[in-house]
Amino acid sequence: MTTLLEVSDVSVTFDGFRAINELSFAIGQPELRAVIGPNGAGKTTFMDIVTGKTRPDTGRVLWGERQVDLLRLSESQIARTGIGRKFQKPTVFEEQSVRENLAMALANRRGPLSVLTWKATSRDRARIDELAEETGLAERLDHRAGDLSHGQKQWLEIGMLLAQEPRLLLVDEPAAGMTPAEREHTTDLLKSAARSRAVMVIEHDMEFIRRLECRVTVLHEGAVLAEGSLDHVTRNQQVIDVYLGR
Amino acid sequence: MAMPVSETTHAPPAPRRSFLHENPSVLWFMACLGLFTLIVSVLSEGMGTGAISTSLVKILGMTLCLCLIAIAMDLVWGYCGILSLGHFAFFGLGGYAIGMWLMYARAEIVVRDNLAAGTIPPTETEVAEAVAAQIFGVVGSSELPLIWSFAGSLPFQLAMVVLVPGLLALVFGWLAFRSRVTGVYLSILTQAMTLALSLYLFQNDTGLRGNNGLAGLQNIPGFLDVPQSVLSVWFFWASAAALGAGYLFFAWVVSGKFGSVIRAIRDNETRVRFLGYNVEGYKLFVFTLTAVISGIAGALYYPQAGIINPAEIAPIASIYLAVWVAIGGRGRLYGAVIGAAAVSLLSSWLTGGGAPNIDLGFYRIVWTDWWLVLLGLGFVLVTLFFPRGIGGLFDYLVRKKP
Amino acid sequence: MQRFIHIATLLACLALPAVMSAQPALAQSDTPLQNVLQTVRERVANPSRGTVPEVLDALLAAEAPGTVDFLRAWAERGVYERQGDGLFFFAREEADRSLTLLDIDRGTEAGQVGSRDVNQIRPNAGVRREIGAALVQFELTDPDPARRRAALESAARSPDPDQIPALEIAIEAESDPALAARMARLHSLLIARFETDTAIRVAAIENLSGDISTEARRVLNQLLATRAGFAETLPEDTNIARIRTPGQDIELAAAYAQLSDAGLAPPRPGRNAIRDALRANVVNGSVGGIQVHQLDTDAARREAYRALEDAGTVPPLPSQAEMEAAVATHVFFDAYLEPDRAVTNAARDALDSTRTVISAWQFLGITLDALSLASIFFLAAIGLAITFGVMRVINMAHGEFIMMGAYTGYVVQTLIPSYTLSLVVALPLAFAVAFAAGVTMERLVIRHLYTRPLETLLATFGISIALQQLAKNIFGTQARPLTAPDWLAGAIRFNDIVSISTIRVAIFVMALMFLLLLLYILNRTRLGLEVRAVTQNPGMAASMGINPGRINMLTFGLGSGIAGVAGVAIGLYAQVTSEMGANYIVQSFMTVVVGGVGSVFGTLAGAGLIGALQKGIEWFNPANTLAAQTYMVLFIILFIQFRPKGIVALKGRAAGD
Repeated sequence: MTTLLEVSDVSVTFDGFRAINELSFAIGQPELRAVIGPNGAGKTTFMDIVTGKTRPDTGRVLWGERQVDLLRLSESQIARTGIGRKFQKPTVFEEQSVRENLAMALANRRGPLSVLTWKATSRDRARIDELAEETGLAERLDHRAGDLSHGQKQWLEIGMLLAQEPRLLLVDEPAAGMTPAEREHTTDLLKSAARSRAVMVIEHDMEFIRRLECRVTVLHEGAVLAEGSLDHVTRNQQVIDVYLGR
Repeated sequence: MAMPVSETTHAPPAPRRSFLHENPSVLWFMACLGLFTLIVSVLSEGMGTGAISTSLVKILGMTLCLCLIAIAMDLVWGYCGILSLGHFAFFGLGGYAIGMWLMYARAEIVVRDNLAAGTIPPTETEVAEAVAAQIFGVVGSSELPLIWSFAGSLPFQLAMVVLVPGLLALVFGWLAFRSRVTGVYLSILTQAMTLALSLYLFQNDTGLRGNNGLAGLQNIPGFLDVPQSVLSVWFFWASAAALGAGYLFFAWVVSGKFGSVIRAIRDNETRVRFLGYNVEGYKLFVFTLTAVISGIAGALYYPQAGIINPAEIAPIASIYLAVWVAIGGRGRLYGAVIGAAAVSLLSSWLTGGGAPNIDLGFYRIVWTDWWLVLLGLGFVLVTLFFPRGIGGLFDYLVRKKP
Repeated sequence: MQRFIHIATLLACLALPAVMSAQPALAQSDTPLQNVLQTVRERVANPSRGTVPEVLDALLAAEAPGTVDFLRAWAERGVYERQGDGLFFFAREEADRSLTLLDIDRGTEAGQVGSRDVNQIRPNAGVRREIGAALVQFELTDPDPARRRAALESAARSPDPDQIPALEIAIEAESDPALAARMARLHSLLIARFETDTAIRVAAIENLSGDISTEARRVLNQLLATRAGFAETLPEDTNIARIRTPGQDIELAAAYAQLSDAGLAPPRPGRNAIRDALRANVVNGSVGGIQVHQLDTDAARREAYRALEDAGTVPPLPSQAEMEAAVATHVFFDAYLEPDRAVTNAARDALDSTRTVISAWQFLGITLDALSLASIFFLAAIGLAITFGVMRVINMAHGEFIMMGAYTGYVVQTLIPSYTLSLVVALPLAFAVAFAAGVTMERLVIRHLYTRPLETLLATFGISIALQQLAKNIFGTQARPLTAPDWLAGAIRFNDIVSISTIRVAIFVMALMFLLLLLYILNRTRLGLEVRAVTQNPGMAASMGINPGRINMLTFGLGSGIAGVAGVAIGLYAQVTSEMGANYIVQSFMTVVVGGVGSVFGTLAGAGLIGALQKGIEWFNPANTLAAQTYMVLFIILFIQFRPKGIVALKGRAAGD
């Protein structure tokens, strides 16, 4: 396992409020990592920094074997280097069909001219069918994404994430609003994805995290509080204090 | 006339079908346009029975050009979500580019005729000076401004029709999109651009005859002997062909993945960025492409209108363009065509004195006075109650049928 | 010169008593004027230029009261001689075209006569001028300061060396220091222009240094007027301004043309002249052996001309070398029309000394202009900024609210004749009308479009064109005046360079008042608190029990109401038309965008920046307001690149990307 993403001493301040405080973090490939923490711990802001949405005040974010500085890249460039993101609130393009959503996410060339002349190859079509199969949306490929149920939208977004074939998947609360059976399916998907890639999951649901069977990082007040197996961190007195309050 | 819609939400599952099969509305549109062209030609003064006057042929031809810029507007606004209040500026620039050649070449013919009457043939310098005096006498100048250096060359000015709006859109769009100006801010910025351009053109010393504009554009050098009745039909054909080609092209652009991406940008551009698409690049591409098409539409429009002046470029014109597209229905190309055609034809009918005034006894409704009130309020009602515009009615009909 | 002396003596005698006492001088008889006039009756009745001094002398000697009035009436053909007794009268024309004679001394009626019974005395133009000149001098020493000032102004308008001695006397007698200073300056100006003694002239010119009045600078510039000239050697007796070196300061062709115009060198025909010469020498379809149809280049024409030249049919064309040689034998220069070098040097120094002061004053003037423009932009834009800030809604009909306010003012003025009172009524009424219109629009349209900002822009545009056309239908297309009351009509003049109209000052004060009022409302009232809350976070505000609907309605009304008031203000200095709002809307948008959304100070900064910018650009290119506007818009587009959120940007999550 080699280090894929290395975040060191990153801080960011909003209007005097320190959302991230000298945070350091690293994830390898392949690896499955869960990030937990109370509300306001800076989990989503951390993702924003990695994906280029928020620029940190200080610190470094390095990517891959060639140690690319992500802070110099735009959001779309970061996405093209191989970081995929699933949002907390499912954001799919509701006006378009499931097939179009997936086609857009496919790992093809992204320039306007290549997209303009793009025609689905048989490989592309097979990949879309395969993703639809995996996410249980095969029946609904030509339906409006807006007509899907909440859980199905989550699935579609995970499908889009996989279609991008990223090396690092950032997944924000994937199980929210899912039935227990759907959760189980999600766990399987994430675990299988993590066999070859790095996957970072933000989740509140401890049961879900337990099923992921992975290393856990606990964030608090914008910094790493503890790291280790779930059992290890839940025994940590500081973590208990943070979660239960003193 | 029920026009089947090609909404992608009902894209047929079979993947191996041709573009036209997937988009039957394009065929319908082409058929309607062809039929319309045929009818107008047969009834025209220049080519047929004469039931349609030359001026009406010109109005119809100009309307087709307006439909062309309307579908360009639809692409940039309805599909890509950029409410540009500057596309009429590109339209006007196209008109100016071709107008410069029309004016220069015609003035040159006139001047050569005059000078040939002398015993000694004129030198090139003399011709150029006389042409300059003829064109710029009205603004009290007799020097040919630098930008007219190649006005005598048709290929050069034709290139300008495409290049000037294209480059302006490219530079402006690059500046605006790069700094992530979006929404109403972007609209205001494009409006500012339009305002700056029209103010610039209003000045006498910028070399485009100030508020006099360019005139006499209906006379086509090389075809000065052809009567206007015939020329008008030629231009009508050219406009119809341009509209047809533009429609086909845009329908192709929006039907594929590109259309999918720009609609996604309209709905949630942040999300598109995280998918790895360079949103600014796409916006710039669409903005520039539609600016070029607008320029071409303008280059076809103004020879039929005969005159172009800076007032045509004023911000209000671009807002009207948005109004047409909104009334016709955004996000569907035929909606833009219907909106532009219906509103501009209705407008010229009502304000041209074609419609009978209504005497209510206590008040006389004069359409020229009340048309804009009607349009304004009608537009508010459409925005409030039919956000999908007239085109939305087709959806309604098609959905009800089965 | 003779007239000159007469007037001087006349004044010397008249001025002192006239100024010292307002009482008429005592007279021996009760008709002193008539008595005097009768002594020179023939000269009065049939005046000629030569005889006027005689009459003046007689009048002088008598020191009769009413002399000035008589002179004025005399010049204006208001004096009549009664046939028979030859007495002089003024007269009043009656409805039946008969004349009522008025006694020349007492002004009392002296009977009615037909126009045949009297001779109207009609002095010719020369005589009238003579009398007029004498009159100005009389008036300069008039007891009434207003008359003295008027006389001074008219003298300044038509400067004349004759005025110098009169002025000198008047300055001595003048008791009003301001008038005395004014007289002294006019005196200096006249000396500078007309005096023959160099030392006195230079002293007078030096007196003018630092004087920034237009008339002083005009006189100095006149002294520095030049003419172009040339000579074989630089003339000693000419006051040279500068020497022009051919090829550098003056084009060779131009220098040569000067020589050939003076007949000192053979003329060099231009292109047209060559063509005409060729045209005149066409023989059998060719000129000088070259076929006519080949003569369509300058080279071919020159060749043909040379052939003609060799044949001797046309004068030879001077070559470049010949031209240079001819020019080299002469010196080209600009010479002052004023021959005295000391005078021109003094004048140049005096002008130079004022330059810095003038720039400073001009800068002040531009600043005041910019300030006044900024306050108009502020008034027009602040309503827009508030609504945009609170509701994220662009109101394209904002300009029409401005128009509504202006028309309200116009209607009020047609109903209330007193301009002051109508203004007092119009301001609150305009606010009320625009407020009502704004609230109605918010309720009926905007409320339903909150989630669709771009469509709000278009819907309000629809309202805007409907309102504009409605105004056209009701009030017509021609501009309607909105007249300011007299106390606002004038201008505050600092000097000849800086003046500002009172109405602009009033608008500035009004903008200031609205600024304070808004700051008070936003920062010190419950409404303001709620408005700020909704601006920063509508969702949170709603959950705190603030009714965003009500706040939106009130803010929209407030913004519109201010637009209405702005309309009255703008209408007072511009005119009221149905398109006046549209003229301000884009600038208002710019102000809001540049300043930053939703902030009073931002709008203030935006208005200040745009006002300063527009005036600043106009300063560099004063002739072209359109260019100034063009560049300003370009600047704004670039500005947005660097501060996309405006000068005063809301920070953090509240900005709501």
